[in-house]
Amino acid sequence: MSVCLENVSYTYPGETKPVIFNFSAHIEKGEFVSLIGKSGTGKSTLLKLIAGLFPCEEGIISVNGKTPGPGSVGYMPQRDLLLPWRTVIDNIMLPLEVQNKRNLTKADAEEWLKRIGLIRWKDALPKQLSGGMRQRVAFLRTLFMGSEVLLLDEPFAALDALTKREMHDWLLSIWKELDNTILFITHDLEEAILLSDKILLLHADHKVEEIIVDLPRPRSVDMVYWPEVQTYRKTIEKKIANE
Amino acid sequence: MSKLKRLLADYGAFGLLVIIVVSLWEWAARTGKVPSFIIPAPSKVLEMLYEQKQALLWVHTPATLKEALIGFAFSFAGGITIALAMHFSKLVEKMLYPFVLFSQTIPVIALSPIFVLWFGYDIWSKIAVTVLVAFFPIVISCYDGFKNIDQDYVDLLRSMGASKWKIFIKVEVPFAMPSLFSGIKMAVIYSIVGATIGEWLGASEGLGYYTRRMSGNLNAEGVFAAVALLTVLGLVLFSIATFIEKSFLKWNRKS
Repeated sequence: MSVCLENVSYTYPGETKPVIFNFSAHIEKGEFVSLIGKSGTGKSTLLKLIAGLFPCEEGIISVNGKTPGPGSVGYMPQRDLLLPWRTVIDNIMLPLEVQNKRNLTKADAEEWLKRIGLIRWKDALPKQLSGGMRQRVAFLRTLFMGSEVLLLDEPFAALDALTKREMHDWLLSIWKELDNTILFITHDLEEAILLSDKILLLHADHKVEEIIVDLPRPRSVDMVYWPEVQTYRKTIEKKIANE
Repeated sequence: MSKLKRLLADYGAFGLLVIIVVSLWEWAARTGKVPSFIIPAPSKVLEMLYEQKQALLWVHTPATLKEALIGFAFSFAGGITIALAMHFSKLVEKMLYPFVLFSQTIPVIALSPIFVLWFGYDIWSKIAVTVLVAFFPIVISCYDGFKNIDQDYVDLLRSMGASKWKIFIKVEVPFAMPSLFSGIKMAVIYSIVGATIGEWLGASEGLGYYTRRMSGNLNAEGVFAAVALLTVLGLVLFSIATFIEKSFLKWNRKS
C-alpha cells in the first residue's frame, strides 16, 4: 500500500464546518488515482495534508507506512511556480538543493529534458517558455523531489484545450517509464478517465465514491473517442448531477 | 543608428521641452522681464559654474556626496536590519512598525537644529538628518518586499522539506529584491536632499551650505549653479542604482 488515509477529517483554523470529514482511501503502489468533485469538497486540502503542509489532526495518513512530513512526497500545484530568476535546469535542480541531496545530478536533469524535448531550453528563463513547456518543467521538478508518490493539483487546468491534449499525450508516454504513484486533482472528466486507474468522486456531503477505470494500458489520447470512455463519462456526470 | 533612434523616441519629447523652456527662460532673463536676482539667465548660471568650478567641484560637491553616501550607507544597513527584524519577529514588527511610521511624520527641518546640538557642527549632524529621511524608504520597501511574497512559492518549498533558512535564501530574498531596489532608488535621492538640509543648519562646506551663502548674498546664479550640481548628483546616484538593479534583476525585466 502506497498511500493510506484512514478517517481523515480537517477543519480550517477559525472555521466550524470541516472541509474534509471521515475520509478514507487506499492507493496502491504505481496507481494513478484522480480526485474529482465540485469546488469546496476538500480536494486540494487533502493533497496539502498528504504533502505535510497542514498538520493532520484527525485520522491517520501514511505514505509507504510512514507519517508523511514535508519533503516526503512530490507536490505540484496548479500554478507552475517556477522561480523566475532560475533557468529551466536550475529550477529542476531546486528540490535537490533544498534537501541537500545529490542522488540526481544536472546530467540526469539534462537527460530528462532531452526526453521531454526541452533540452534546447535548458538555460532559458521561465518567462521565455510557453504555458505547456512551463508545466512540463514543473512536472520534472516534482519528479526530482525523488519521491515515489506524486500529488498533482490540477496541473493542466490553466492550459488551453489543445495544449492540454498534448500534455495528456506527453504524460501518458512518460507514465510508461515511471513507477510513481500519482494522485491527481482535476475538473475535467475526460482527463480523469483517460489518465486514471481509479477515480475518487468527492461529494459535498463528504461521501466518497470509487470508480475503477477498466481501460487497457498503454493508453493514448485517441481513446477519448472510445464508447467506453463516453459511457464512463455519462455515469460520472449523472453521479455528480444527482447529488 | 537604431540606438540613436530609440534614444530620440524615448527622450526626444523631453529634450524638446527642455530646449523650449530654457530658451524662453534665457529670453525672459536677458530682456529684463524677470530680475536676475530672482531668476538668473541659464547662461549666467553656466558662467558661474565655470568661474566657481574649483570650489564647487572639488570642495562642495565632494563634501555633500560624502555626507549623502555615508548617510545612505547607515540608512541601508539600519533599514535592512529593522525590516528583517520585523519580518522574522511578529513582536518586533508590532513594536517597531509604528515608530517607523512616526519617524516620517516628524518635520525634519524642525528637528534638525536639535541634531546640531546632539551631533555638533561637523559631518555627523548632516549624516543624522540624511539617515532620518533616507532610512524610511529602505525599511518600508524591504519590509513590503518580504510581506508581499506569494505564499504559494513558500508552500512549494515547504512541501520540498525546505528549512526556514532555505526558504528565506532561495525564495524570499530574491522576491523581495525588486521592491528593495525601488526603495534604494528613492533613498539615494533622499540622501542628497537630507545632506543639503543638514548643511543649511550650519556647515563650512557642501552644496547646501553654498546655496545658503549665495542666497544670503542675493547671488541667484550661485544658488542655481549649486542646485544644478545637486540635481546632477541625484541623477548620477539614481542611475548607478538603476544600473545595479538591472544587472542584478535581469529576470524581472519586462521583455
